[in-house]
Amino acid sequence: MWMLGPVGFTAPWLLLGLAALPVLWLLLRAVPPAPLRRRFPGVALLLGLTDEDVQAERTPWWLMLLRMAALAAAIIGFAGPVLNPVVSVPGQGPLLIVADASWASARDWSRRIERMDRALGEAQAAGRPVALLSLTEPPPARLSFADAGSLRASLPGIVPQPWEPGPLEDILPEGAFETFWLSDGLARESRDLLLEQLEARGAVRVWQTGTPVVALGRSAIEDGQIALPIRTSLAPPAPLEVAAIGLDPAGIERELARETADFQAATETTLRFDLPPELRNRITRFEVAGIRSAGAVSLTDDAVKRRKVALVAGGRSREGLELLSPLHYLREALAPSADLIESPLEDALPAKPDVVILADIGEIAEPDRLAEWVEEGGLLVRFAGPRLAAADSDADPLLPVRLRAGGRSVGGTMSWGEPRGLAPFPETSPFAGLPVPEDVTVTAQVMAEPSPDLSARTIATLVDGTPLVTRADFGTGSIVLIHVTANAEWSSLPLSGLFPQMLERLAISARPATPSARDLAGVTWVPTKLLDAFGRLDDAGEAAGVPGETLAEAVPGPDLHPGLYAAADRVVALNAVRAEAVLAPAVWPAQIPVEGIEAPQQTPLKGWLLMAALGLLLLDIIASLALSGRLMAPRARRAAASALIAALALGFAPEARAEETAMPEARAIEAAGNVVLAHIATGDPEVDRVALEGLRGLSKTLFRRTTVEPSEPMTLDLETDDLALFTLIYWPVTSTQPAPSPMAYSKLNRYLRGGGMIVFDTRDADISGFGTSTDAGRRLQALAAPLDIPPLEPIPTDHVLTRTFYLLQSFPGRYDQTIWVEAAPPDAELAEGMPFRNLNDGVTPVVIGGNDWAAAWAMDERGLPMFPIGRGMAGERQREVAQRFGVNLVMHVLTGNYKSDQVHVPALLERLGQ
Amino acid sequence: MTLTDQDTPQALELRRGAEAEASALPALLLAAEHLAATVQMGAHGRKRAGAGEEFWQYRPAHSGDEARFVDWRRSARSDTQFVRDREWQLAQSVHLWVDEAASMRFTGAETGRAARSTKGDRARLLALALAVLMIRGGERVGLAGPLCPPRPGRAQLMTLAQSLAGGGEGADYGAPEVMAITAQSRAVFVSDFFGDLDAIGLALGTLADRGVRGVMLQVLDPVEEDFPFDGRVIFESMGGTLAHETRKAGDLRARYLDRLAERRDRLATMAQAAGWQFSTHHTGDPAQAALLWLHAALERGL
Repeated sequence: MWMLGPVGFTAPWLLLGLAALPVLWLLLRAVPPAPLRRRFPGVALLLGLTDEDVQAERTPWWLMLLRMAALAAAIIGFAGPVLNPVVSVPGQGPLLIVADASWASARDWSRRIERMDRALGEAQAAGRPVALLSLTEPPPARLSFADAGSLRASLPGIVPQPWEPGPLEDILPEGAFETFWLSDGLARESRDLLLEQLEARGAVRVWQTGTPVVALGRSAIEDGQIALPIRTSLAPPAPLEVAAIGLDPAGIERELARETADFQAATETTLRFDLPPELRNRITRFEVAGIRSAGAVSLTDDAVKRRKVALVAGGRSREGLELLSPLHYLREALAPSADLIESPLEDALPAKPDVVILADIGEIAEPDRLAEWVEEGGLLVRFAGPRLAAADSDADPLLPVRLRAGGRSVGGTMSWGEPRGLAPFPETSPFAGLPVPEDVTVTAQVMAEPSPDLSARTIATLVDGTPLVTRADFGTGSIVLIHVTANAEWSSLPLSGLFPQMLERLAISARPATPSARDLAGVTWVPTKLLDAFGRLDDAGEAAGVPGETLAEAVPGPDLHPGLYAAADRVVALNAVRAEAVLAPAVWPAQIPVEGIEAPQQTPLKGWLLMAALGLLLLDIIASLALSGRLMAPRARRAAASALIAALALGFAPEARAEETAMPEARAIEAAGNVVLAHIATGDPEVDRVALEGLRGLSKTLFRRTTVEPSEPMTLDLETDDLALFTLIYWPVTSTQPAPSPMAYSKLNRYLRGGGMIVFDTRDADISGFGTSTDAGRRLQALAAPLDIPPLEPIPTDHVLTRTFYLLQSFPGRYDQTIWVEAAPPDAELAEGMPFRNLNDGVTPVVIGGNDWAAAWAMDERGLPMFPIGRGMAGERQREVAQRFGVNLVMHVLTGNYKSDQVHVPALLERLGQ
Repeated sequence: MTLTDQDTPQALELRRGAEAEASALPALLLAAEHLAATVQMGAHGRKRAGAGEEFWQYRPAHSGDEARFVDWRRSARSDTQFVRDREWQLAQSVHLWVDEAASMRFTGAETGRAARSTKGDRARLLALALAVLMIRGGERVGLAGPLCPPRPGRAQLMTLAQSLAGGGEGADYGAPEVMAITAQSRAVFVSDFFGDLDAIGLALGTLADRGVRGVMLQVLDPVEEDFPFDGRVIFESMGGTLAHETRKAGDLRARYLDRLAERRDRLATMAQAAGWQFSTHHTGDPAQAALLWLHAALERGL
């Protein structure tokens, strides 16, 4: 490869062809463009005419330059130029390929495999021995170099692991070797140590991509929302999307919610999912969409499950005695981590609580329904108290053990004994491992009747062996009885830290976000699902259990795979990335060559150059045609111009759309604040002025004669105005009017459907009869074609427009011709004895006429008519009727078919004199 | 009129187009002025007393009226003698000459949305439309050539259409045929008049000598009027006998237009000198206007 600056050529000798370009110049220059033969009778007149200018005989210099540029581009293109070519320098000696193979490299693992394959291929070609070291799964014995070919075959067996590499034991091969390190891009301490060792043996090259590494943190509930921290090693260029995934009611896994994480140049942010509890409890994991990596998956556990707990107390607590309330301590303990339902039992059960806690209830209101609920899997927790102690426990099936009547009291003023402490929890108890505080004492309790299965049902006892907590399975659910009260009357248990821990062990309350070692200790946690490096969740199978202490350290490694761990009813999630982990990009010393990030991409330029040559040749064709007069026939010229304009319009169209603005607020308020008449701008200033003055005149007339008091009329801008704010739109039709845009048409159609009215006025006295014989009539047809207009008919004599305010027989403006309105339904019938058909439905959406109403309505500022109508008094009468028609029109729009109601018929008949 | 075997589709097409053009105009009546002596009686009256077959009016006999003209039946009913006037009826012979030279086969837009007919087609259409009008008016219409002398009646239309549609290969530019045109008749020349001006002048002179007057309609394609060419072009006549090469056709435009205007000017002058009417028609315009002009010119001029 021959280099010229940053550009290399694969076939540089082809560039010699550039030397031939000047010769081409001479050759091409001598040949004029070929003539065009045309049949033309007028040649008889041309005979004898000579050309004034003979310069066009030779090809113009710019055309020559164009052709030479095309040729030069082709020559250079075929010479195979490559921008920033990768020049490989073959190495020597054995090669050690080190792969981080952590969760962070899973995202682009295929690229890494490809790169390793290439490195192995190169080593194979050079006959170098190679060793492969995966840092997350270091081999137990010292590495030895092997043939690259055999290693290549085993490449697919190398997979990343969902943890980060730890410190390496001394397993590096003997002797000197080169190292090729595929880094996952994260800084960590073990890396610097290993780099030191490797550099002592030979040169080290690093491959690392510049894509940011993304890790989701541990989800937790904050203020009723799920907070999910998300971190990256570098600020990502685009916002990331995080999906919450869980089972739907049918048991099928699907996406339940999706949020966008916008980092805004930061490397850490927190997403908040605000979901209803039903949905929230279904979430099993969060995933960054589009990233296959264990780091981009955050498993959820009990920490985001909030159970619905129904708290039911026996007696109504007395006002002001908050601390004596049987539910106070339960509320305090559960409120942060559970959704509480505090209502009578019969109201609480339909809400489908997970847990029902009955504090000191002797007589259960609806024992059958509650029993049914427990049998279906509910957890019933009962606290003792004076009422339970007084009740007849034989009659109560919802108790794990039979109780002796009365209970007992120890260490009180009337008893001899000392208050009893708690015995350590037995191994089989769900409370096993919880430390027993010394200061928890019990002064009173209910006593269980001795029975054969009492000890099996007891899960906590006092030091004297009497049961403190008993539990029995009931159907698929279970019933737990705490033999003391839920308040501090009988024991100090609710005051101690043990109380919420016990509730949590009973899976009543959720754990705090991060389980402490104390929470997890003492129990063997069995993995149920394990996460692989690609973020896939697989069944754990027969994997061995993990002691809680190990789990509490939460450092995933070969001994502790990330995944879901379960013990009894509790589930703990272990994510691939530790919550406190910091994702810092790896920084390599200056002497280490790093490929993959800064190295400019190798870009072959051949395609571009050949494309340029082709483009220049196309230009040459056009230029040659233009020169020989074949291109620019007048029509072709027009077509070219229109094509150019169309192309420009296409190019600028989005911009133009962006410029579109909504209706200005002040204008919208003005239009919405009152009845406003409006007209559509025709583009003819005189017509627009008359239309506006006409509407102003009509507004004055309405103001003077009716209770409709319109504001100043407006000229509509169809593109920006919100038409819904306007009552009546007057549309004078001129022959030169431009058609509204498609968007304006859709607005107009919406307006018509929404009950608005458009009055079309062709102002041509209807001489065309709505044919196409006048310009305005033709234009009206063209303008109205895209509108959603119902069938029309000439206005019938019984149309409601004849009587909405004034009784009218004609609808004149400056002219008096018939007008067209929406056709009456074909089944409308003349009612017996009524002058009007029963046309109760619908306001006509359009009125079409040519009577030039605006001119008849128009008044100047002194209230005098602007335009003459007819002759003498007859003309004045016509103007008066025109104004009355305007009033009727507005009344029709505002009141609809009110006057069509048969209720008004008698009054109308009287007025009509019938 | 029945169709016969020799009614070729082409002739029928031309006939139909001409009938359509002619249907919009009133019947054409030719002024016959001083030709009364030579012309034979036609079918249409001139709405005035004169030589004819139809009754026009009774008028009191003047001195000089021959006794045989007195209508005795009318005269017997009153004291004075009445003469029975007949309506003045006369027919005119019209000779059509439609240029059939190769140059008439030109059209500037053969295909596309704005396709135009050739000049020859337009010329034949106009000529036959005029013929239809005149036949309807009772005149006798024929071609300038010896093959189709003027005859009245609608059967003549079919003959005319066949003769016109059958226009064969000709020279590049045509010259009017005048040999068969009878004296005191009328002539209509439709051509592009790109041929030799002297031949046209000669023909006009000959006809003027015979007392023949008429109209000349120059039919041109808009392209010939605009000369919208550019670049290096070899112009050839339709027959291929003439050729002219230019390297910058655009530069020739002004001079070409000058020459065209000059030629038109000379044609108009020649026409005026011979008492003829001259006008230009473009195939891009509707034929109706040209027919109106022809109609008016024939009626007005004489």
